[in-house]
Amino acid sequence: MNWVQLYETLGQQLKDGVDLPWWQDAFVGIYKAFFEEGRWQLYVDGVLTTLWITAMALILGIVLGVLVAVIRTTHDQQRLGRHNPILALLNAICKIYVTVIRGTPMMVQLLIMGFIIFKSSREYTLVGTLTLGINSGAYVAEIVRGGLMSVDMGQSEAGRSLGLNYLDTMRFIVIPQAFKNILPALGNEFITLFKDTALISAIGGKELVYAAKSIGSKTYDVMYPYLGIAIIYLLMVMLFTWLLGILERRLRQSDRR
Amino acid sequence: MIDVKHLSKSFGKHLVLDDISEHIYPGEKVVVIGPSGSGKSTFLRCLNLLETPTAGTITFEGTEITNPKTNIDLVRRQMGMVFQHFNLFPNMTIRKNITLAPVRTKLMSQAEADDLASTLLKRVGLEEKADAYPAQLSGGQKQRIAIVRALAMKPKVMLFDEPTSALDPEMVGEVLEVMKQLADEGMTMVVVTHEMGFAREVGSRVLFMDGGHILEQNEPHAFFANPKEPRTIEFLSKVL
Repeated sequence: MNWVQLYETLGQQLKDGVDLPWWQDAFVGIYKAFFEEGRWQLYVDGVLTTLWITAMALILGIVLGVLVAVIRTTHDQQRLGRHNPILALLNAICKIYVTVIRGTPMMVQLLIMGFIIFKSSREYTLVGTLTLGINSGAYVAEIVRGGLMSVDMGQSEAGRSLGLNYLDTMRFIVIPQAFKNILPALGNEFITLFKDTALISAIGGKELVYAAKSIGSKTYDVMYPYLGIAIIYLLMVMLFTWLLGILERRLRQSDRR
Repeated sequence: MIDVKHLSKSFGKHLVLDDISEHIYPGEKVVVIGPSGSGKSTFLRCLNLLETPTAGTITFEGTEITNPKTNIDLVRRQMGMVFQHFNLFPNMTIRKNITLAPVRTKLMSQAEADDLASTLLKRVGLEEKADAYPAQLSGGQKQRIAIVRALAMKPKVMLFDEPTSALDPEMVGEVLEVMKQLADEGMTMVVVTHEMGFAREVGSRVLFMDGGHILEQNEPHAFFANPKEPRTIEFLSKVL
């Protein structure tokens, strides 16, 4: 007897009110949640969309974050007595951005973006991705800023004293060292971002949670879809953590004695 | 070569340098000594504008470097600096530490810079360390590399900010030896140090700083034999 027949037999018994042992009951639930009508395809699509959202939001977050961090650090490190009004304005904008984004819940930001600012848009996933990227940018900015400040002043002084300009000093000396210092924090931010994609389902984004929800509402059983996606998220986070560990070890090469 | 006029520097309300005027001539080895907090490091760091003076002017070979319109990067390329804490770039090999600036500033090609790095490393006896990272070196080795790194820019003057103060005593000698060699080759040097032996032996002029002023200066033998100011006598009696 193959699994399809087994599922049909046991499913019929359940409908008839037969009290099945727990493992047979679980088999029916799992089969229904993942295999009936080729439902696993929906999870695969959900995972791919989730990864796409994470990647796009991460790129946007890092671009925004680095931009904000560089503006803020450049502003704070201006030579005494030199005040650039454009830089001061940009700095103020960056400060407001970071304060507002970090001071309001992610969920509220999604609701505002999805139901007020982009009210007429039907690209729910895209709006969600954009919101997530903007949100992540504020956190990345603070991480990067901390990283830039963590590099000893002597390093940029040495670079500048050799006649390198500000940008070259940042590019070859400060940023590579800062990057190594912030990698664990950036890795955490990436994992948080990956999990936060789940919130996008609240405004209709079609990612992994959306897939589980729609299957649950079709089969009238949410337990296995939800447990299933929990395991998928967990396994993927474990994979990312492992990969980040490898990257960190690579970057520590120059520390070996 | 370097002309300093009415240089003042304050950090907030704290006046560190008080109206200093001084001239450094080509080929001179000026040694700056004085108690901690006397402003000697700040004075040195003002010379290549790592500290921005509060008042006064500094002119390097006719270029007024304190003028905000001056491209300070061009001036700094001609002034090497060696720091107390070496400040080697830990993310690069020794070779890369040395060649980064000359190549990026288009002073020479990577191949030329590599050749120069090998030659300079050989001179300080560290040619086998070219592919090592700074973390693998001792303090004395790091400081010799830092000197080589500054020399790779072919500077006209070298500024030393307490180059031996962070070293284990047994490593001071190897660094001073390199500096002495450099002095013998005719390099113009300004050295902030606590090494009185070096000041006496290598210096062509000694400046004694205290409280943001240059209290006394003289040719080293006369300076150490007959200090004139009471503050100088007191300082020397403590350190000699």
